Amino acid sequence: MRMRTLELTVGVFILAGLLALAVLAVRVSGLSTNATGDVYKVYAHFDNVSGLTTRARVTMAGVTIGQVTDIQFDKNRYTGRVEMAIFDDVDTLPSDSAASIVTAGLLGEKYIGISVGGDDMMLADGDEIYDTQSALVLEELIGRFLLNTVSSSDE
Amino acid sequence: MKASMTDRVALLGRSGLDIVAALGRSGIFLFQALAGRSRFGNAFGLLVRQLYSVGVLSMVIIVVSGLFIGMVLALQGYNILSGYGSEQAVGQMVALTLLRELGPVVTALLFAGRAGSALTAEIGLMKATEQLSSLEMIGVDPLKYVIAPRLWAGFISMPLLAMIFCVVGIWGGAMVAVDWLGVYSGSYWSNMQNAVQFGDDVLNGLIKALVFAFVVTWIAVFQGYDCDPTSEGISRATTRTVVYASLAVLSLDFILTALMF
Repeated sequence: MRMRTLELTVGVFILAGLLALAVLAVRVSGLSTNATGDVYKVYAHFDNVSGLTTRARVTMAGVTIGQVTDIQFDKNRYTGRVEMAIFDDVDTLPSDSAASIVTAGLLGEKYIGISVGGDDMMLADGDEIYDTQSALVLEELIGRFLLNTVSSSDE
Repeated sequence: MKASMTDRVALLGRSGLDIVAALGRSGIFLFQALAGRSRFGNAFGLLVRQLYSVGVLSMVIIVVSGLFIGMVLALQGYNILSGYGSEQAVGQMVALTLLRELGPVVTALLFAGRAGSALTAEIGLMKATEQLSSLEMIGVDPLKYVIAPRLWAGFISMPLLAMIFCVVGIWGGAMVAVDWLGVYSGSYWSNMQNAVQFGDDVLNGLIKALVFAFVVTWIAVFQGYDCDPTSEGISRATTRTVVYASLAVLSLDFILTALMF
């Protein structure tokens, strides 16, 4: 085979390999949506953050509008302090919006759902969401259900 | 059976020493082949030629195997996951399986069979027909002229092949799951994008592929260079390449997985 054709095929091969890596980065791992670019930070305190992890989604109306960037224990308030990075173009969240930790499916991953409030003031960088609802702990729920069954069978 | 006890112990010791010596020889061989710059003006041309025979010619088997493995993964995943009503997760299952394990490992095994055995046989035949010693005779170092381009070609092309394998597999999985089995394509891709982390999954898979490329190419080229210069010796060396490379890949995969994930 002529050297020129050889070089061309090898070049195409290497390009295909690099292109595959690019596809894996953008299309498969969704690197573009995880990029920390234009975001602002919002905080929320939860009584129980069990199961929530960093990089978990923050959604509103089911659409991802940011991600959890940090989870720490607040030793003064005995709560879990969650730091969220919200995309900059979502700048119309009323300051009395509510954040709740919800589960995707019965056993799926935990994420934060934000339901819209009615205030005229909008959340800005560094603000806190006061209205929060903790993670649903399945064991507690089952325990309460069992307790109810026992007390109702006593009557 | 006249062999005395001491003879047997001595034989056992010798075979152990032989193994250690072969390991040392292969290390020195690798160092001498890769250390220092090539003194040949056409080093790049040599590399391109090897990239063609090692990488480009392996494309077909990699693409076809990747396609079918992705399709099978999607089919199996769908059958199992639909029992739990969570067939949307099939995308993330296919992608994670391919990126973390099957992509690098199967590519390395196929690479050992397709390219590694060819490398061993080619170099072994060069040795048997005394082409290597002729090169030395005219003052050309065969380690630099014959071995080094082949090593580099293996190191470069196998990770690229592994990436192509993963992409084709994920696409094949999408074809089966979305087009044939009716999984909603939005959830196939978005679940995948949520589950797959670029640093944890894609880059670790790439590191795995690099390690396997290094090991497989090293074994293949060394077995060729070190073989008995007879037709029987070449056939044994080719077999050893595939066996050793496969075992090394599979055991290294366990260690790497334990370290990474």
